[in-house]
Amino acid sequence: MATNTARTEAPGGHKVPFPPFNAQTFGSQLVWLAITFVILYVTMAKLALPRVGAIIENRQKSIDGDLAEAQRLKSEADAAIAAYEKALADARNRAQVIANEMRAKQAAEAEASRKKLEQALNAKLVEAEKSIAATKQAAMANVSGIAAEAASAIVERLLGSAPGDKAVTEAVADALKR
Amino acid sequence: MADPIHQFQIVDLLPAVKIGGHEIAFTNSAAFMVVAVGSIAALMLGATSKRAIVPGRMQSIAELSYEFVANTIKSTAGNEGMKFFPFVFSLFMFILAVNLIGLIPYAFTVTTHIIITAALALSVFLTVLVYGFWKHGLHFFNLFVPKGIPIYILPLIVLIEVMSFLSRPISHSVRLFANMLAGHITLKVFASFVTMLTAFGAFGWAGAVLPLGLTVALTALEALVAVLQAYVFAILTCIYLNDAIHPGH
Repeated sequence: MATNTARTEAPGGHKVPFPPFNAQTFGSQLVWLAITFVILYVTMAKLALPRVGAIIENRQKSIDGDLAEAQRLKSEADAAIAAYEKALADARNRAQVIANEMRAKQAAEAEASRKKLEQALNAKLVEAEKSIAATKQAAMANVSGIAAEAASAIVERLLGSAPGDKAVTEAVADALKR
Repeated sequence: MADPIHQFQIVDLLPAVKIGGHEIAFTNSAAFMVVAVGSIAALMLGATSKRAIVPGRMQSIAELSYEFVANTIKSTAGNEGMKFFPFVFSLFMFILAVNLIGLIPYAFTVTTHIIITAALALSVFLTVLVYGFWKHGLHFFNLFVPKGIPIYILPLIVLIEVMSFLSRPISHSVRLFANMLAGHITLKVFASFVTMLTAFGAFGWAGAVLPLGLTVALTALEALVAVLQAYVFAILTCIYLNDAIHPGH
């Protein structure tokens, strides 16, 4: 401790003062406090604090920007969903309409072809009835002929002589009328 | 017993220079002030040099101290108080660094000298006075006249207000100085009990456990005090500055 003289050890062996109250050291302390504190103040005020402030502000800005971007994307997604749902609903409606149209058209076609078929069948029925009636008439005519022949044959067997054609025919027509 | 006062001695590290009748030397105190300022600069400039959006540990500490001091000012002195942000921030960081570095064994604690705390407190006091009168002129005296006080006790109140205003730098500086001084003396005393007891053989070693434990506990307490006193100094500075900004109460 040759060069490091303790400032509290006053020369001459006086009573050593309590170091914090030793006025001899005040000058050096004040000078160095002023130097270091001013350097600290200037460094903080001019360099450090603006830099840290800018970092924090930048971060806040980028967070805000990201949040806004997220909000924008979310609203876009919402719009896309809404558009998709609308398209889906439209498609469903159109499908319904097409199906209904189709059904109505097919029903009309079926009705038309059914009517045509019915008409054709009715016509055939009428024709068939006509031919049945003609056949029946012919058959009836034949019946009187056969009956007349049978009656003339029966009379010939019973009486031994053939009756007149005219009398037989009249008798048969008479009998058929009954 | 080791002298508990020895740790507060100021020692010249470089030969003193005579300036205007005063011996100015680079002392251990000065060295620790330089170390403190260097540490703060390293934290605030070195750790923030990357300007990372996602901060690392040290950058986080730098940002936390920034926001902590900024919020303290805003909550006590309003947004106008941000004019004094560099000043309050420098005070807080300087006292905090000096106190914490002083806790390292064999280190010197700058704030155990009243001349330092007095100088810091006076700088706050003068800032309040100068800014108060510059901003408000004679209206600054409204600070001493609270509103809604009956006229007959007003002189008494004004007297008390003036006294309390004038005693601010004293309480401001003595609080920090006394806390640091007393804490370091207590630590030293308990720590020296340990060395003293161990001189008495096995019994002494056993007995030394208690003061050793206390020394550990006191070190933790002193760490708290170091931070707390820096905070108290800063928040009182903010409150005093608030008076300079809004003297009308």
